[in-house]
Amino acid sequence: MSFNFIQIILIFIIAFLAGCEGILDEWQFHQPLIACTLIGLAAGGHNVATCIMLGGQLQMIALGWANVGAAVAPDAALAAVASAIILILGGGTEHEIGTAIGLAVPLAVAGLFLTMLVRTMCVPIVHREDAAAEKGDYKAIERWQWIAICLQGLRIALPALFLMFIPSQAVIDALKMMPAWLTDGMTIGGGMVVAVGYAMVINMMANKEVWPFFALGFALAAISQLTLIALGVIGVAMALIYLTLSEKSVAAGANGAAVSGDPLGDILNDY
Amino acid sequence: MADEKTNVQNGTANKVSLDKKTRQSVMWRSAFLQGSWNYERMQNGGWCYAMIPAIKKLYSTNEDRAAALKRHLEFFNTHPYIASPIIGVTLALEEERANGAPVDDTAIQGVKVGMMGPLAGVGDPVFWFTVRPILAAMGASLAMSGNILGPILFFVLWNVIRIAFLWYTQEFGYEAGTRIASDLSGGMIQKVTKGASILGMFVLGALIERWVNVTFTPVVSTVSLSEGAYIDWDKLPAGAEGIKQALLDQAAGMSLTPTKVTTLQENLNSLIPGLVPLLLTLFCCWLLKKKVSPIVIIIALFAVGIIGHLIHLL
Repeated sequence: MSFNFIQIILIFIIAFLAGCEGILDEWQFHQPLIACTLIGLAAGGHNVATCIMLGGQLQMIALGWANVGAAVAPDAALAAVASAIILILGGGTEHEIGTAIGLAVPLAVAGLFLTMLVRTMCVPIVHREDAAAEKGDYKAIERWQWIAICLQGLRIALPALFLMFIPSQAVIDALKMMPAWLTDGMTIGGGMVVAVGYAMVINMMANKEVWPFFALGFALAAISQLTLIALGVIGVAMALIYLTLSEKSVAAGANGAAVSGDPLGDILNDY
Repeated sequence: MADEKTNVQNGTANKVSLDKKTRQSVMWRSAFLQGSWNYERMQNGGWCYAMIPAIKKLYSTNEDRAAALKRHLEFFNTHPYIASPIIGVTLALEEERANGAPVDDTAIQGVKVGMMGPLAGVGDPVFWFTVRPILAAMGASLAMSGNILGPILFFVLWNVIRIAFLWYTQEFGYEAGTRIASDLSGGMIQKVTKGASILGMFVLGALIERWVNVTFTPVVSTVSLSEGAYIDWDKLPAGAEGIKQALLDQAAGMSLTPTKVTTLQENLNSLIPGLVPLLLTLFCCWLLKKKVSPIVIIIALFAVGIIGHLIHLL
C-alpha cells in the first residue's frame, strides 16, 4: 500500500523520535520493538500485527546493540524504521517479514555512518556553546543543544520520508523479483543472526563465577512449560541466594581466627 | 578571586539552596545528556544543558553564570543514567560554592572525572547488557506472535525503572554530596553488579535455547513401521467417522505415515535441545574476542543461511 498525507506526517514524527532516541537512549523509541509497532499503528489495518512481529524479530537481533563509551553500535533506529516502511509498502504480509529483516542489516550499517557524521557535526556546535558560555548566554546554549538533538532526529526522519515516496508498486516488484531460495535463506540466516547479539552481551558479562548460571539457564529453558517470566523468577532467586551465601562465607571467614581455606584443617586446629 | 569574596559575603547573609523543583528540572533535562554528543568533548553540551536551572538559581550575576557555564562545558562521558548520581554530587558542590565554601573548579571537575569512569563500568553491564536485553526479550517474545502487549510491557517497565533510577540516584548524590564517591566504591555497587550478571547470564542461557534457530533438515534414517503402528488411511471408514477414527488413532500414538523419518535435527535434539545454537553463540563470542566486527559476522551468517538452504542442509 502507499501512504496518505496523515500517515506520512505521523511516520515522519515517529522516525524523528527514533532518531533522537538513537543518541539519547532514554525512552527507547529507537528500539525495533517500539519503532516498528508505532509505524504499524500509524499505517493501520493488517500492518499493525505484522509490524509488531517484525519489531519482535528485529529486537531479538538487536538485543546486544549498545553504545559503549565512544564506540557506536549498528543503528537499530534506521534498521527498524526503514524495514517497517518497506514491509508496509510491499504489502505488509507475514511472508515478507524475513526479507524485511534481511534488508534491515545493511541499513543498520548505513545508519552507523550517519550517526558518526552527526557526532562530528556536533563538534562545531559545542564550540558555539563555548562562545555563548563566555557571554553567560544560557539561552543560546539551550538553543544549540536542541539544534544538535534535531539533527539526530532528522538523521532518521529524512531517509524515512524519502522511502515513503517510493511508489509501492516498485517495492512490490522488487520484492517479487527476489527468488524464494533467497528470501527463505535470509529467514534462516535471521534465525542464526540472533546469536551475534547474545554473544556481544555474553562477552561483556562472562567470568568464571557466572558461567554455571549460564549453563543452568540453557538446560532449564528446554522445559517448554517454563515461560520467560518464570525463568526470570528462578534467575533472580538464584542471584539472591548466591549473594547471601557468598556474604555469609566472607563473614564466617572474617570471624575465624586462622583462615586456612581448608575446613578440615580449621576443625582440627580448633579441636 | 573578587567574585569569590562577594560570594562569601552573600553566603553568610542569606544561604541559597536548590529546591526540589529545580532538582526535578535538572533531572528531566539530564535525559538530553547525549543530545549533542560529539567526538571532541562527548557529553559536555548535554551536561551543561542539564545544569542550567541550577546555575540560574545559584548565581545571580552574569560573570558568575558565565564562569559556571564554562566550568560545565568541560569533557564528560559516562553511561547516560549513571550521570544522575554524579549530577547530584555536583549540584551539592555547586551549592556549597555559591554559599561561599572554597570549592574550586578543579574540585568539581575532579569529582566528575573521578566518578564517571568507574560508574560507567557499572551502568553498561547493568542497563545495556542485563536489564534491557531481558525486558526486550520478554517483550519481543510476545511481539513475535503479533501481541501488542510485548512492546507496551517493554516500554512501560523500562521507563518506570529508568525514571526512578534517575531521580533517586540524583537525590542520593545530592544528599550525600562528596561522600558518595567513596560510598559507591564500597560493597553495595559490587553486589548489584554481580547479582545483575548472574541473572543476565542465566537468562541468556535460556534465550539462546529458545530463540536462536538452527534447524538441520537432512534425513538421517527412514524406517518402515510395522502394521498397526501407523494409521492405514485406506482402511478408515468413510466420512466424518473416518476423521474421528484417524484422530483417535493419532491420539493413541499411531504414526501418520507408514515410515518413520528421523532428521539430523531430531537426533541432535535427543542429546540436548539447542546444542547447535549454543555452539553457534559460543563461536560468535570467540570471533568477537578475535576482534571480528559484528557486522561481518551478521552478514556471514545470512550468507550461511542462504547457501545452507540451497544445498538443503538448513
